[in-house]
Amino acid sequence: MIATRTTTVALVGNPNTGKTTLFNALSGLRQRVGNYPGVTVETKKGRMTWKDQGFDLIDLPGTYSLAPRSPDEMVAVDLILGHQAGEPRPDVLVSIVDAANLERNLYLTTQALEMGIPVVVALNMIDVAQAQGILVDADKLGKQLGVTVVPIQANKRRGLDELKQAVAACAGRAAPNGAVAPAFPDAFEQEVSALQKSLGEEVEPFVARRLLLDVGGYIETKLEAKHPDLKQRVEDARQRLQQAGAGVPGVEARVRYGWIRQNTAGCIQRPAQRVVTWTDRIDRVLTHRVFGTIIFLALMLLVFWSIFKWATPAMDLINEAKDALGGWINDALPAGPLTSLLADGVVKGVGGVVVFLPQILILFGFIAVLEDCGYMARAAFLMDRLMARCGLSGKSFIPMLSSMACAIPGIMAARVIENQRDRFTTILVAPLMSCSARLPVYLLLIAAFLPASVYGEWTPVLTMFAMYLIGLIVAPLIALLLKRTLLRGETPVFVMEMPLYKRPSLRTVLRRMFDAGWAFVYRAGTLILASMIVVWALLYFPNTDANGVKYDDRIAALNEPHEEARKELKALKVSIAKESEELEKLNTAAQHAGEAGLPAADEARREELEAAVKPVEEKMEPLQARLKPIDEAINKIKGEWKANSLLGQLGHIIEPVVAPLGWDWRIGTAALASFPAREVIVGTLGIIYDLGEEAEESDLATALQEAKWESGPKAGQPVFSIPVALSIMVFFALCAQCASTLAVIKRETRSWGWAAFTFGYMTALAYIGALLVYQIGSRIV
Amino acid sequence: MSASLDQLKVGQRARIQTMSGDPAILQRLMEMGLLEGEVVEVIGFAPLGDPIEIRLRDYRLSLRRREAASIAVALV
Repeated sequence: MIATRTTTVALVGNPNTGKTTLFNALSGLRQRVGNYPGVTVETKKGRMTWKDQGFDLIDLPGTYSLAPRSPDEMVAVDLILGHQAGEPRPDVLVSIVDAANLERNLYLTTQALEMGIPVVVALNMIDVAQAQGILVDADKLGKQLGVTVVPIQANKRRGLDELKQAVAACAGRAAPNGAVAPAFPDAFEQEVSALQKSLGEEVEPFVARRLLLDVGGYIETKLEAKHPDLKQRVEDARQRLQQAGAGVPGVEARVRYGWIRQNTAGCIQRPAQRVVTWTDRIDRVLTHRVFGTIIFLALMLLVFWSIFKWATPAMDLINEAKDALGGWINDALPAGPLTSLLADGVVKGVGGVVVFLPQILILFGFIAVLEDCGYMARAAFLMDRLMARCGLSGKSFIPMLSSMACAIPGIMAARVIENQRDRFTTILVAPLMSCSARLPVYLLLIAAFLPASVYGEWTPVLTMFAMYLIGLIVAPLIALLLKRTLLRGETPVFVMEMPLYKRPSLRTVLRRMFDAGWAFVYRAGTLILASMIVVWALLYFPNTDANGVKYDDRIAALNEPHEEARKELKALKVSIAKESEELEKLNTAAQHAGEAGLPAADEARREELEAAVKPVEEKMEPLQARLKPIDEAINKIKGEWKANSLLGQLGHIIEPVVAPLGWDWRIGTAALASFPAREVIVGTLGIIYDLGEEAEESDLATALQEAKWESGPKAGQPVFSIPVALSIMVFFALCAQCASTLAVIKRETRSWGWAAFTFGYMTALAYIGALLVYQIGSRIV
Repeated sequence: MSASLDQLKVGQRARIQTMSGDPAILQRLMEMGLLEGEVVEVIGFAPLGDPIEIRLRDYRLSLRRREAASIAVALV
């Protein structure tokens, strides 16, 4: 007996036909993602069974045509023809079509019929068609097309068994199973066979046909590299076809659509008067000049606001857990490199990865809902004109907007852009948008150098606004520049289907969220973790001072006599933690209330709390006084440690480079240390200025104001001034100090090159920006 | 009366006469079902005047004015 090979079934179909829904319904929860070298598209793979027979399912990217224009679009063709290394040639093609929009959907089916594999047509959304008064006779259609046509409702899981049965019946059968593919004019077929002969055996008729049909297509480009004289021959052939009245590209569309009309004749019943659908009614509002715009802006505000606000509690929780776990490890294990690696490298690294998940999940939840219900196309429609000004299309709007909360979900959201050059441009400029991680940097420096108390209420607000504006101005400019240089190419046509509105399916939405989250954690997470550990090591080693004494030992020696006091203080603090928190809230409320004072009940509670807290605080005071000099000494050792670490030494080395920005070696070191994430600079500055990592912002602000140059021509002068603060802010507005962003860029573009390019151009931009701000600023102030 | 697709007003229906322009772009438009002899209806314009939304072959399509300008139509 011959062992039976597993049957492979590939799903092809237009976007918005329910292809993914069908794939999910057939394959269930167990799915894998297929990646191919050199391209950014993915396929999904799953398995289904029918009567004890197993089938491998593969979900090809949704497309309107099998005319490949890019390596990404070539993946589907290569897979179907069995040219994709490591993938078996499919035995059956399932062509899913939308019954409510049959003619255009069948265009792709006619191409599928030429692939030399049996085709089964899954006639989806028969209910939607019915609601519009469109009735399709599936049996008759099947007879006329020469293939099995199975009516299904993928979202309601109807007709799936019939579909599986039809697929099983086709498997192993010779192809095409009686189908009559559209006939091209004789003149055309002669040119195709002539071309095919001249290219040798390795080229299928389908490929030769595409070579002739697709002007500037991918197959043309690929084959011309191997056959230098091909270009001329193809052009001559096209010329001859033009004269014979079968010029490309018109001939293909005319033949296919002609064939479709002929073979669907008598199968489709349309109402005499087009039914006004819900989509018509909803669209009258949603694409309305005024209301449509208002609703769109409100929706975007909601998306933006929720990434910012809903994610914050979860992110805080993750950060707290990270700190608690790190603290616990530091307490439980003896001080040393391994403990530090675990607490400061691994825990912080993993925390630094997981902390992005809430934002990613929320944004992808929104995107999935908007896309599944059909609104995404409307959003792109509304915003296209605006985005066209920087060479992009409306589809880039949501990724760019999301990047103002965080570039990582924004970059991942760029997947909705089909055109590769547009997608890459969007990905490369998305990190320029001012994300929430820049906020702590801005807040700290504004509080220290441009406080409202000195410069007036509006200065901090306007400075913050200016920082956001930098991204909003620079990103479109860079996008335009990229589209004119590195990512130049003919402007893609913006032709976009406006799908019918439908109720989003919870299953699809959850699936999208899960996939996005998993893709980030699994693929980018490891890279982020690795970069964090490298920076940790650079800041940790050498871990002995100039005399060869371990810093850990020096800290322990200082701490040892006071351990009891520390424990006691902690216990006291914990005992009144709840009361202190409530009291603080009431005190703040009292401040806001001003002269009017708090309501009587609140005031009574405030006094009660104060009475409870005060005696404990009095007990704490002498302990705190005793520990303060110890903490200061410890922080000083930690500062010395960082200064002498490899990264600190590097900071000293690069001082001449950053000096024109008004920075001393400490700012340089902090900027280097913040490579894993921008916000790290705040903690690093805390350590370098001997305040410890958990320094209060106000203390840190004071320390920054008091910092003096240690050496050089400016020795003894204050390091920080308004121009220096602004130069740091501008640097952080434009730089790519975010390992996670770079890792995600690498993942989404499948290339380290683009990640390195982004880092390079943004760092250059940041340096120039900071240089200009400092040099001009220090001459004015 | 003949005009180009981008000159139509909302609600007007027209039959496509000829299509011209870059072959790659033309191919894309034709794949989507825009072809000589087809009847299209203008549904609306985006708030900033571009792109334009049309109905053809049982579905709705949006395209930019630039491409629409290369499609000659006759009102029906």
